Amino acid sequence: MNGKRKLTIAVTGLNNTDNPGPGIPVIRALRESQDFDVRIIGMAYENLEPGIYMHDMVDKTYRVPYPSEGTDMLLNRVLDISKIEKIDVLIPNFDAELLAFMKSRKKLADAGIHTFLPEIDRFEERNKNNLPDFGKKYGFKVPSGQPVTNPEELKEIKEDFDYPVVLKGKFYDAYIANNDDQAAMYFHKISAKWGLPVIIQEYIRGTEVNVVALGDGNGNTVGAVPMRKLYITDKGKAWAGITLDDERMLELTHRLIGATKWRGGMELELIRSDDDEFYLIEINPRIPAWVYLAVGAGQNLPEALVKLALGMEVSPFTEYKKGIIFVRYSFDLITDINEFEKLSISGIL
Amino acid sequence: MKLKRNIAVSESGFLFDPTSGESYSLNEQGLEILNLMKEGKSTPEVNEYMTETYDISSDEFEKYYLDFMGLLRQFKLLEDER
Repeated sequence: MNGKRKLTIAVTGLNNTDNPGPGIPVIRALRESQDFDVRIIGMAYENLEPGIYMHDMVDKTYRVPYPSEGTDMLLNRVLDISKIEKIDVLIPNFDAELLAFMKSRKKLADAGIHTFLPEIDRFEERNKNNLPDFGKKYGFKVPSGQPVTNPEELKEIKEDFDYPVVLKGKFYDAYIANNDDQAAMYFHKISAKWGLPVIIQEYIRGTEVNVVALGDGNGNTVGAVPMRKLYITDKGKAWAGITLDDERMLELTHRLIGATKWRGGMELELIRSDDDEFYLIEINPRIPAWVYLAVGAGQNLPEALVKLALGMEVSPFTEYKKGIIFVRYSFDLITDINEFEKLSISGIL
Repeated sequence: MKLKRNIAVSESGFLFDPTSGESYSLNEQGLEILNLMKEGKSTPEVNEYMTETYDISSDEFEKYYLDFMGLLRQFKLLEDER
């Protein structure tokens, strides 16, 4: 007996690819918990999400339907899985599935599945296409932006923006366009993948910095760690990063969580402009894939999130180590066709 | 001119700015100058030390020193001078 509380935790985002989901870093953090002995149930949308085959991380994986197939389909699948596995806590890690799980919070809770997700109105108001209004409401500098639903609109709004501009998908992807042709090309590329609208955003010259944070839903920041990407992939993802010592970033985070009473994990994407001002360019309403850096720096935010989901008392983290670096690596995991077959046919591994 | 308080400089000449996350490598003389600055030495004191230690005239050193300070300022490693 190790005295730790046994918990079954369901996690999505097992796509530890070059566009990594936060699932495996979250699991890694939970496996290092001082208080919990976790059994991890992976929920995968695709058969080749690497986390499925990482048996030291994920105890059992179930295929689940995409949220686009309907909230009920996804919810019923999760409820069915929980009948077998008795899930205590569910940690969704994809933007695209969050709304479905937020809407289902009560049904999940009735089935004994705890979550710790943002309120729907808070989730909606920080949406990329609502970000300028969010900035005005809460007093944060935000680049001007506008949702666009067809390429013709790009021409109409031309007077409002100077090139370069940033084009963003509603969930993921961002490209910098330097002229009309590039803007049109990226519009089609993004809309084909993520649907409409595509968001056009003013380009702020500076350095991108990020914060991973956890709000308790009462306006308190349970933890926050700022980071700068040291190596960025061609998908714009951090492949290496370093924790920063920046009081202003922390103050901004505390102010944002205080004003919005944010509930759950979040990632703030900021630009520190050349004249040293911070612009909020995005609020991701979930734990980011680089969260393990925060764990390495002394803040096990996924563990704290689980405690909050279970209604346990959590003391806010007050410190973290500065100058801590993460460097990602790729790894060839060898598995057998039988495993792939089992998951493909039965939806369970 | 003063280095920002949270800047870390190792004995090997590795300089880390924890606010920006940037790191830099200093050569031997750069490290010596920063250490003198950290000790609170004034610009004339730094000049005196370096011209006594190395075969360089005061005017020549001042030129290099100003270049170096310009670089530190550009990288936002110096305290605001108001």
